[in-house]
Amino acid sequence: MPSMNIIQAINDALFCAMRRDDKVVVLGEDVGKFGGVFRATVGLQEEFGDDRVIDTPLAEAGIIGTAIGMAMYGLKPVAEIQFSDFIFPAYDQIVNELAKARYRSAGEFPASMVIRTPFGGGIRGGHYHSQSPEAVFCHQAGLVVVAPSNPYDAKGLLLSAIERDDPVMVFEPKRIYRGPDHGTNWSAQKGGEVPEGWYTVPIGKAAIARELTGRGTPVTLITYGAMVYTCLKAAELVVNEGVDVELIDLRSLVPLDLDAIVASGRKTGRIVVANEAPRTCGFAGEIVAQVAEHCFDWLQAPVQRVTGWDTPFPYTLEAAYLPDAARVAEALRKTARFN
Amino acid sequence: MTEQTSTPHTSTPNTSTPHTSTPRPSPRYDDLTQDQSPAFPLFQVGERTAMLECFRVLRPDGAVIAPDAALENSTGVSHADAKAMLRSMVRQRVIDERMLGLQRQGRIGFYGAATGQEAGTIAAGHGLQLRDWVHPALREGGIALHRGYPLKTYLAQIFGSADDTSTKGRQMPCHYGSKELNFVTLSSVMATQMPQAVGTAYAMALRHTAPDRPVTLGAIGDGATSEGDFHVALTFAGVMRPRGLGLPLILYVQNNQWAISTPIERQSAAASLALKAESYGLVGVRVDGNDALAVLRVVRAAAEHVRTGGIPVLIEAVTYRVGAHTTSDDPSRYRDEGLTKRWAGLDPIERLTHYLMAQGQLTADELAELKSACETELKQALIEAEQVPPVALRTLFEDVFAELPPHLQEQLAQAERAG
Repeated sequence: MPSMNIIQAINDALFCAMRRDDKVVVLGEDVGKFGGVFRATVGLQEEFGDDRVIDTPLAEAGIIGTAIGMAMYGLKPVAEIQFSDFIFPAYDQIVNELAKARYRSAGEFPASMVIRTPFGGGIRGGHYHSQSPEAVFCHQAGLVVVAPSNPYDAKGLLLSAIERDDPVMVFEPKRIYRGPDHGTNWSAQKGGEVPEGWYTVPIGKAAIARELTGRGTPVTLITYGAMVYTCLKAAELVVNEGVDVELIDLRSLVPLDLDAIVASGRKTGRIVVANEAPRTCGFAGEIVAQVAEHCFDWLQAPVQRVTGWDTPFPYTLEAAYLPDAARVAEALRKTARFN
Repeated sequence: MTEQTSTPHTSTPNTSTPHTSTPRPSPRYDDLTQDQSPAFPLFQVGERTAMLECFRVLRPDGAVIAPDAALENSTGVSHADAKAMLRSMVRQRVIDERMLGLQRQGRIGFYGAATGQEAGTIAAGHGLQLRDWVHPALREGGIALHRGYPLKTYLAQIFGSADDTSTKGRQMPCHYGSKELNFVTLSSVMATQMPQAVGTAYAMALRHTAPDRPVTLGAIGDGATSEGDFHVALTFAGVMRPRGLGLPLILYVQNNQWAISTPIERQSAAASLALKAESYGLVGVRVDGNDALAVLRVVRAAAEHVRTGGIPVLIEAVTYRVGAHTTSDDPSRYRDEGLTKRWAGLDPIERLTHYLMAQGQLTADELAELKSACETELKQALIEAEQVPPVALRTLFEDVFAELPPHLQEQLAQAERAG
């Protein structure tokens, strides 16, 4: 199996999808000739031409709006929004149009399409190249929302998204596009090997990114996206302190793999949720609510959240904003020691 | 020209200024009552007269402004077409009036009538083929009816009953849609349908070969042309050229001069809305929206122009909202209803009726019969429509996604337990 980074895996998925079905089109800013600012669409226009790999004007509402019209007529658009920070001009099209297209038309005019967009910090991108707005879209009925954390899942989830008869938003963890720890080779990591050709990763199924070892107090740690690697590091930090972490990588936010969360939560009774987005009304809060509803009788400790602060995403103090392994580890210790 | 007076829409004398007769801030009553029309548009980018002056065929009294012996019936419109449009226009007027009555009686929750805009609606629909798609705005429901949308379904949508195949009772009245008729289900959101229309046209251009391509018509009102999505749509429409051809796309503005209480002068300082086409590299055409023959000829020619690969066309049909915005509105609070009466004198149905009578194609008896048949049909349909039960509870959860995901299965069960 070839070793790929996330960008290469996404690119490979797009080649697979476009070769298999001529109704698949890719559109966005700089996606054609240039191949995308992150290079995810490189080479596509050469093979499939500029009618199927469309360099659009710089207007997100136009990218999503036209993609919706294409989807209604039967194409399968895969739209790229260059940074999820810039998705908001298209917010109306996504929330009021895309999310409701099937519902409001009694199933007659669905708009099944994919929006790919990089999210998250850690690249010195300041306010507007670092945010994690995924919860905003999870709150809108009608959108499927996924967030892969490795090359294997990135390709498999994107192909699932393209196959699926729903609008799917793929939040791509841009900090780890090329390696889980600023340049570390993906081949050394779980999920770094990517099969050739078509395969899918099921939407709505979480993955266990780290299993319990049976040594120490078991704690469930739940996260997604680039934070998977922060959490793996945190688990190593506490492994010699008698804390045994089961790490759940959600992969899909909507629909959520509630079974995986509940099974782990009831097994350990101690739960920490981590994500980069601001805390208030964030997706971590949704997980905590689900745990409260479904695991209450099993809980041994208060559920902890480790998140970004409720501030705009900073430039200079980025490291202080992002939840790091030390902060996650501290929450793990606190949860494990609670009596 | 300075026409920033306290009485918009009145016919202000054309005072002499160093400028030409343009720009002027809005369509004026005089424009649509004079005995003249610009030549039929050439559908070329930058054709100023076509963008500024309304193409017209009929005077308000139904007389032909510039009979052209080279054209069928000297108007370019067959009697069959004219009669087909009149039937649908009369039918729509009858339905609209009855629905307004039902709303006042509290039997329906809301209604947006197209009274006075029947030509702008029906004739635009008539200028298209059935395979052509329509992304409508609020007042284009008549196009669906004209295409064969069953009255039963139309009423079911308004009542939100179990027969509502357009929205399963999920949307307010007047949000019609039909896959079979290529009439995209309306959303209440302003201008969002315009970039979507661009996308639909793009998909058509990829899936079909010129010159025989289906066409997309995206419809919008004057107020929503202020939204960003309108300008985004024009930008994309100009730039996107799949297979090296223009998109098979018509962007169709019904300028009824009022967005609820806000007059056109507060939406745009441009000399016309059609003029905006030029800045985006599109063809712009202005037409008398109360003249069914003129609208039909312009839309039909525009459709042919874009079907074969021409540059997309922005059409501004100038009309007037003689009624309220919707049943939730009271125009007497913000506008001079004397003025409205004047514009109501330019009624599109009367105009077409007079024309057809003068052509010997319609008698007073036939017109009365037509109205009476529409009323009878509607009366019967209403009796049946009001007996249809409301939509079932589970439809609340269907169609959010293609399949019911686990969390919605759970919530459906909770809703059913709650009764």
